[in-house]
Amino acid sequence: MTPLLVSDVALNELTACDVIQRVRSGETSSVEVTQSVLDRIESAEPTLNAFVSVDVERALARAESIDKRRSRGEELGDLAGVPIAVKDVICVRGGRTTCGSRILEHYVAPYDATVIERLHQADAVLVGKTNMDEFAMGSSCENSFFGPTRNPADPDRVPGGSSGGSAAAVAAHETILALGSDTGGSVRQPAGYCGVVGLKPTYGRVSRYGLVAFASSLDQIGPVAKDVADAALLLSVIAGHDSRDATSVDEAVPDYPQKLTGEVEGLKVGLAEEHFGAGLDEEIRSAVEETARRLEEQGAEIVSPLSLEVAANPDYCIGAYYIIATAEASANLSRYDGVKFGFRHRGRSDGRADLLEMYRQSRSSGFGAEVKRRIMLGTYVLSAGYYEAYYLEAQKVRTLIRRDFEKAFARCDVLLSPVAPTTAFPIGEQIDDPLQMYLNDVYTVSVNLAGIPGISVPAATSSEGLPIGVQLLAAPFREEALLQAARAVELGLPSIPTPMRS
Amino acid sequence: MAVTVEDVKRIAALARLEFTADEEERLTGELNSILHYMEKLNGLDTDGVEPTSHVAPVANAFREDEPEEFAHVEELRAQAPEMVEGYYKVPRIIE
Repeated sequence: MTPLLVSDVALNELTACDVIQRVRSGETSSVEVTQSVLDRIESAEPTLNAFVSVDVERALARAESIDKRRSRGEELGDLAGVPIAVKDVICVRGGRTTCGSRILEHYVAPYDATVIERLHQADAVLVGKTNMDEFAMGSSCENSFFGPTRNPADPDRVPGGSSGGSAAAVAAHETILALGSDTGGSVRQPAGYCGVVGLKPTYGRVSRYGLVAFASSLDQIGPVAKDVADAALLLSVIAGHDSRDATSVDEAVPDYPQKLTGEVEGLKVGLAEEHFGAGLDEEIRSAVEETARRLEEQGAEIVSPLSLEVAANPDYCIGAYYIIATAEASANLSRYDGVKFGFRHRGRSDGRADLLEMYRQSRSSGFGAEVKRRIMLGTYVLSAGYYEAYYLEAQKVRTLIRRDFEKAFARCDVLLSPVAPTTAFPIGEQIDDPLQMYLNDVYTVSVNLAGIPGISVPAATSSEGLPIGVQLLAAPFREEALLQAARAVELGLPSIPTPMRS
Repeated sequence: MAVTVEDVKRIAALARLEFTADEEERLTGELNSILHYMEKLNGLDTDGVEPTSHVAPVANAFREDEPEEFAHVEELRAQAPEMVEGYYKVPRIIE
């Protein structure tokens, strides 16, 4: 089906800000935009596999009711009629929430996550649930029970992970907006690989109620969007205190979109020397340097060199992260036991399996290889005799990582760095080498350990035609500065790198 | 601290997982290489450093302890692999 064209731009290729304006003015209906997105999903999914489930009827019914309310003269919410896709780790009542796992293949959440309630209140239109590495464990979207997602820029390559489905769907215009979750880079890295904007808010900024837990002290829900303005808008909708998440912080939510000018005069942008060490792809290095140069031209002050001795040293941050993340995961994933929900192994043919056997069989056939590997690692580092050497040591290193960032942000407003050491790699290349896969997260994990916000913004295209993103970081609750700098990066680009077109 | 196949069996039992002999062999190698990498942390001086367990600037987020009805009990129960008269059914625990 030919996409609906309005002044040469297909509706599914619009930004959220454009859609809202058109829906509010009556120029375009939410049904038209939603249908355009659904058509795109139909044509792109055989290649990309970015979605685990798409709810056509519910999406169109929702869009229709929004259009009706508008025609009655009612004022619409902040996301008036905008289609959005949600990573399949966030609970949406009445539909499947699989976490990319066999163990939750048929799980239907009996309640909505807080972010979903907020999306509904803002009049967004949920189109489907996006693919992901199982339980958000992975950096390539290959660890999904539902098959890998492919990168829209090159379908032989990974979209990154774990929110690879959300990033690919936004890049391919299968949705206008998406939500992902970021435990060690899972929003920022796929956004970088796919050429879209990905934001990980400060820990506690967005409620985790209804987000299936991977590592509770690190997990945070974040926006995936086509541009910075859309990311700012989506953040303003989902941010804020929630009494149902005891770690959510009661801190006023600024009007992020309102304040977004891209004005960076006098903004101090720091570069940490450790972020440019061995293993960094040359094209990415020059993209970051070029971005710094452009920001300086726009009036920003470059503060260099700064040092993040522990926070940017792979030997320390990757180690500390994978100890803490797997330890928390091993505890969180103990709930999957085949009793109250999820997959249950039927046991021996004589029906005489005992309880422990049922647990073991359900978990062993329900979880995939990477999840089991992480549960094993986490159980090991928490086990008697090893707790102090690994887990406690990692928690101390976490303190040192926080201190590194505190010192850096005493001298600058934002830090500029790569998102990942390389561009998107070929599917299958790293799947058999778990340690190599973990090292992809070198620029992103410290951000979660310190609980600070970070954003990935498209900054260049590689000689192979692949997107290159840069990462900006800020002190806790300084998302405004982050978005301002990110907008400036966008404004400084000679042309916006274009993701896959229909 | 090299991990042995015996360690893998012991950890698997704690984690309520089971593996084939081949998988145990493979996991032993993988865990060793990952843990070996993690041991680089020992290169840092952390004497006297307080551990960080969470970063949110909140503590003891109390609320009124009031019971609430969960609105969708039937949907919750429908998720159970096996239920009998409102109870979760599991294999026999006591002979």
